[in-house]
Amino acid sequence: MQMETITVNKSFKSEEYFINMGPQHPATHGVLRLLLTIDGEIIKKVEPDLGYIHRSIEKMCERDSYQQIVHLTDRMDYLSSHINNEAVCLAVENALQLEIPDRVKVIRTIIGELTRIASHTLWWGVMGMDVGALTTYFYGFRDRELINDIFEETCGARLTMNYNIPGGLMFDIHPNFVKRTKEFIAHFKTKLPEYDSLLTGNIIFQKRMKGVGILSKEDAISYGASGPVGRGSGYSCDVRKHHPYSALDKVTFNETLRQEGDSFARYQVRIQEMWESMSIIEQLIDNIPEGEHQVATNAVIKLPKGEFYQKVETARGELGVYIISTGTKSPYRLKFRSPGFSNLSLLNHIAVGGKIGDLVATMATLDLVIPDIDR
Amino acid sequence: MNNEALQNLISSWHPDLTFTEEGSQFLNISVQPEQLHNLMKQLKTNSDTHFDYLFCLTGVDWESALGVVYHLESTTHRHAVVVKVQTEDRENPTFDTVSDIWATAEFHEREVFDFFGIKFNNHPNLKRLFLTEDWDGYPLRKDYVDEINMVVK
Amino acid sequence: MIRFFSITKNIHEWLFNLMPESVASVVEMILIAVVYLLIFAVAGLYLVLLERRVAAWFQLRIGPNRVGYQGLLQTMADALKLVSKELTGTEKADKFLYNLAPYFVIISSLMALSVFPFTQDFQAFDINIGLLFLIAISSIGVIGILLGGWSSNNKFALIGAMRSGVQTISYELSVGLSLLTMVLLTGSLQLSEIVEVQKGGWLIVQGHIPAVIAFMIYMIAGTAETNRAPFDLVEAESELGAGFHTEYSGMKFAYFFLAEFINMFIIAAIATTVFFGAWLSPFGITESIPILGVVWFLGKTLILVFLMMWFRWTFPRLRIDQLLTLEWKYLLPINLINIVVMAFVVWLKITI
Repeated sequence: MQMETITVNKSFKSEEYFINMGPQHPATHGVLRLLLTIDGEIIKKVEPDLGYIHRSIEKMCERDSYQQIVHLTDRMDYLSSHINNEAVCLAVENALQLEIPDRVKVIRTIIGELTRIASHTLWWGVMGMDVGALTTYFYGFRDRELINDIFEETCGARLTMNYNIPGGLMFDIHPNFVKRTKEFIAHFKTKLPEYDSLLTGNIIFQKRMKGVGILSKEDAISYGASGPVGRGSGYSCDVRKHHPYSALDKVTFNETLRQEGDSFARYQVRIQEMWESMSIIEQLIDNIPEGEHQVATNAVIKLPKGEFYQKVETARGELGVYIISTGTKSPYRLKFRSPGFSNLSLLNHIAVGGKIGDLVATMATLDLVIPDIDR
Repeated sequence: MNNEALQNLISSWHPDLTFTEEGSQFLNISVQPEQLHNLMKQLKTNSDTHFDYLFCLTGVDWESALGVVYHLESTTHRHAVVVKVQTEDRENPTFDTVSDIWATAEFHEREVFDFFGIKFNNHPNLKRLFLTEDWDGYPLRKDYVDEINMVVK
Repeated sequence: MIRFFSITKNIHEWLFNLMPESVASVVEMILIAVVYLLIFAVAGLYLVLLERRVAAWFQLRIGPNRVGYQGLLQTMADALKLVSKELTGTEKADKFLYNLAPYFVIISSLMALSVFPFTQDFQAFDINIGLLFLIAISSIGVIGILLGGWSSNNKFALIGAMRSGVQTISYELSVGLSLLTMVLLTGSLQLSEIVEVQKGGWLIVQGHIPAVIAFMIYMIAGTAETNRAPFDLVEAESELGAGFHTEYSGMKFAYFFLAEFINMFIIAAIATTVFFGAWLSPFGITESIPILGVVWFLGKTLILVFLMMWFRWTFPRLRIDQLLTLEWKYLLPINLINIVVMAFVVWLKITI
């Protein structure tokens, strides 16, 4: 221990010091630990130390059946649990070449987009808190609560939903679902402009965000950035556009791109995405096709021998599910390519040279969910 | 570029690669560890392939061998390819790093090192990412045993 | 006609008849101190409650409403809890300075409280350099914050303390200069004199444009002086955990916490005294009942306190370099020009 301290100290320049941000720190939203090298207030190096909430889901998947795996995915990116479930279900369904009813596809897409809005509203609230505007948190939660109520009525759970199963949905939608979703959209259309008037237009907020944490398009691609982080840098990476899944090929929506690549661009991409998600829901909500809500699968699902890759767009970016099957009831190897992991890896690149306050604000725009990174 | 054209182009650079599309939606390329870095560099820099996006890097324990699977996509041509590399050396498996080609590989390789014990030459900061430095063994290997913490059915 | 002066005079005479002069004056001082401590505690606790209810109102919540009628006893209960809590701290802290720091903070704000003219004659001591004394005393608090942050042996606390040092020293200038602008009008630093001058019209009206500018600068700098949002870099919970008081718990933490609220009250009270005529009623409507002066004084102060709470719950926080840019590149030059403008206004007698 003594030895280690000495060697660490040697690598510092005289003015620099070292600080442990996390694992218990308000800005890391969970148990991320950042090892910061700082000169006064200026960040010299950011080194994430992960694993505080690692549950080795990939190893557990090698033991579990495919139905069980779906339940584990909730616990990764818990803010887009439905989309995580969908990723595994789509991978299994594609491997089995199941014909999924249109009704299932449409419902999955609607709930997926609702999940995205819920995730973004929470992000917006926390984003405000990270730059010191505490009121945003409650505004974000006010609207998110309504979505969670819809989820609760539909499938009994508010956060870790488990609504998807390989072959469809666990239950059919609640009779109130369509009505309440429409009510929510009507409500949220009046509330989303409030977000802009409370935070976006604020001069202090803009000064804090503009020109901070700049990520170029080349770097975004090289670091594997996805979701709003990539799109804020002008990198067209929306999986919903490039590899549409479920009912996303039936709807028209714009991929939000901004060229600046700074924190404010990432912020605006997310705000704009909420409008786009609402438009997707509006296109689908009135014509949910009639039909079955699931197709029968074997009680024990055995995937054919081979490799299967499925990517979906969660609220944070591209989630990949890579299954290597040997024909048994469990995958031989299952890898989750989580969006947060890649987005975190670029933190050092964009935070160095900024102040401590910039680091916190930049990290907020990356929208990290730690269980998603740690898996 | 479709898979066939890709296969023709890439095999013109390195004739001894093996290609397969069996049991996968992508074109799979198996490469020898010595050729890995060279091939990857070419895949990224050649303007016809231009695989600038490494979207997944997976360590796999094939029991007979340890390997790494790279999923590549081009953001301009929108075609994808899978590169696989294997070694039978379980004691000291080593590949060249690709983190100088794709920055995202730095973290993904650290994860693979952490869970599979696969070392990457020239990696800028190869140390454990999730587990503590004194952790014994590599948990995602198939022969890893932990009778206390692992629930095996 | 009830006047505070007659009450205090009666008590004073009674005390001096009862015991020898030296004992009586000591007892009198203690009595005054106790009265001010009570004002301090009650004001502090109810400002905390007010802040929580105001915050709740801004944030679509209800706020504390269970302990006592509408939560009136909530902060009392909180204070009791804090008193009964264990005092924890870091092992290698500089114990002496660590324990001393909260007292610096709380004593400075307590001392500042004593010179305010709550109403006619209700003023613990009316010194002729009142305003200067206030500015001087309110800057002692930062020593407590610096000591607390440094001696806790915690890097987050140290960063917070250093930020506080930078911030308070910078903004002290603007507070001082903006008050000085108004002193040009009054010609006196004595608070009772300042109030006297305003009998013909509040200073913010008398000094019109330069006075309004001075008031705005004062409110911005004053908010920064109290380390409240949007200038709460000292605490900055999303960056530094809790800033300089990270390692304080129980009553020591409560001292810092109370001092923050009292400081906010003091800043608002100075503004009331200097810009809005202290206990004077608008157009002299309650001139004949001087005891109502307390109501006017507190009313005006609370409106300004509310303004500061409004800032806190709607604005994001500045970054440290932006904070310093605002002071040194904008507020200070504007302030200096403003003083010159005010001097001309007074010289040419174009006051209202």
